[in-house]
Amino acid sequence: MISMGKINVKDKDIVVPGETLAVGMDNFPGQGTYREGENIVASRLGLAQLDGRTIKLIPLSGRYIPKKFDTIICKVTDVTVNGWRLDTNSPYQAMLSMKEATSQFIERGADLTQFYDIGDYIVGKIVNVTSQKLVDISMKGPGLRRLKGGRMIEVASNKVPRIIGKQGSMVSMIKDATGCNISVGQNGLVWIDGSPEGELLAIMAIRKIEEESHLSGLTDKIKEFLEKNNKGRITNWREKIEGKKDTTDDNNQ
Amino acid sequence: MYKELRNHIIKLFGSDTRLDGRKFTDFRPIKLETGVASSAEGSARVNIGKTDVIVGIKTEVMEPFPDTPDEGGIMVGAELLPLSNPDFELGPPGIEAIEIARVVDRGIRESKAINFKKLCIKENEKVWMLVIDICTINDSGNLLDASALAAVAALKDMRFPKYENEKLDYKEKTDKKLDLKDLPITVTVIKIGDKLIVDPDLDEEKVIDARLTVASLSDGTLCALQKGGDYPLTAEDIDKMVHIALGKAKELRRLIR
Repeated sequence: MISMGKINVKDKDIVVPGETLAVGMDNFPGQGTYREGENIVASRLGLAQLDGRTIKLIPLSGRYIPKKFDTIICKVTDVTVNGWRLDTNSPYQAMLSMKEATSQFIERGADLTQFYDIGDYIVGKIVNVTSQKLVDISMKGPGLRRLKGGRMIEVASNKVPRIIGKQGSMVSMIKDATGCNISVGQNGLVWIDGSPEGELLAIMAIRKIEEESHLSGLTDKIKEFLEKNNKGRITNWREKIEGKKDTTDDNNQ
Repeated sequence: MYKELRNHIIKLFGSDTRLDGRKFTDFRPIKLETGVASSAEGSARVNIGKTDVIVGIKTEVMEPFPDTPDEGGIMVGAELLPLSNPDFELGPPGIEAIEIARVVDRGIRESKAINFKKLCIKENEKVWMLVIDICTINDSGNLLDASALAAVAALKDMRFPKYENEKLDYKEKTDKKLDLKDLPITVTVIKIGDKLIVDPDLDEEKVIDARLTVASLSDGTLCALQKGGDYPLTAEDIDKMVHIALGKAKELRRLIR
């Protein structure tokens, strides 16, 4: 007779790869864990999560793995006959087919680089991930577009939920305080476009979130940080930059 | 390929700033540490921002080259570890690694800071050979300057091992230091658009038009130059770049004591 299942961890315990989380067939391995004989073993570093009889794991480190319905930022790496090949900042490449790219009519043999060229960044939605990790991306949906201008930074994909915040509260707070346009991809790429000072402040805030994501009261901390460092400098930045061209700077070297 | 990034960097240049908020001729914070590898005769580790380079020096006793029977020498090798940048691959050194090794080598050699004749033990038979190995721990831009700085700091840190009766004992270091007449410092100046900057980060390195690496001595004597990048430089550019490099070299020299 098989003994009753024994769970070795409590909820929110930190576990390391190879650690036996539970023994016995009464429990099921969830995301980030696997079964080995009678044991349920962790496959990543993370927090254990007990969900009924399923033992899951919230990863604390590691690369992004594509998941269906995630909105991610990708880079175009190749233009093929029937679409585009994308780098997803993960171990797997993605494909964007012509059909999913635009509702516009594309003539046979048209030059696809006029839509997306190599090196462009796009915001896309994952519509399918096969068991072999072939990823399909779609550009049909609100907010899915090519990213023009701005800069890209990389963050740990595990921290993305904290950067976005509840219903996007955190990211909209940063947007308001810095005057930047910000797009956060689930895969850990963040696009930022704004004034030089605004962009720097936004990056500093995001790095702070990454570092302190495990602490409570994060939103208040970031709010305080933004207010302290903002000092009302970031206003009408577009005029500031464009107006500067007339006064040629001769002290730049 | 990096059109958007380039446009963005040039837009920032228009308001006198760079991607990380630095001024054009600002280095990132530099940290220099010597004596980091106990098995090497001399070693140094340099951090420029997140860039991290370790240089180790091993001494060998060998036969001199036939054309210089009374001179020792230096050999510089660079290894760009795959862990330091996703673009670096295992295998024989690529163009980048060879360039770093050669520019560092030339900066030290042509400065004449080391008297190779003093590295001679017995003419035609035995000389000291200094093997300088550059290892990149993390590449966040400007490997060249970091490597060159670490190499000079490691030379300064070096102690010869015990050598008696034609036997080399690496386990016992002597107090004998390498006689360095001056400190050759290497600074790379980058041209993007019409602006000249130093210490590029990884993003800026992707979009450079041209670069000039300048090695110089404390009195401002130039020892070596290396031009890189796809676009040409005017004589005026080179003047300005050398001027910037000499100014920055003074700052870097202060770090090595």
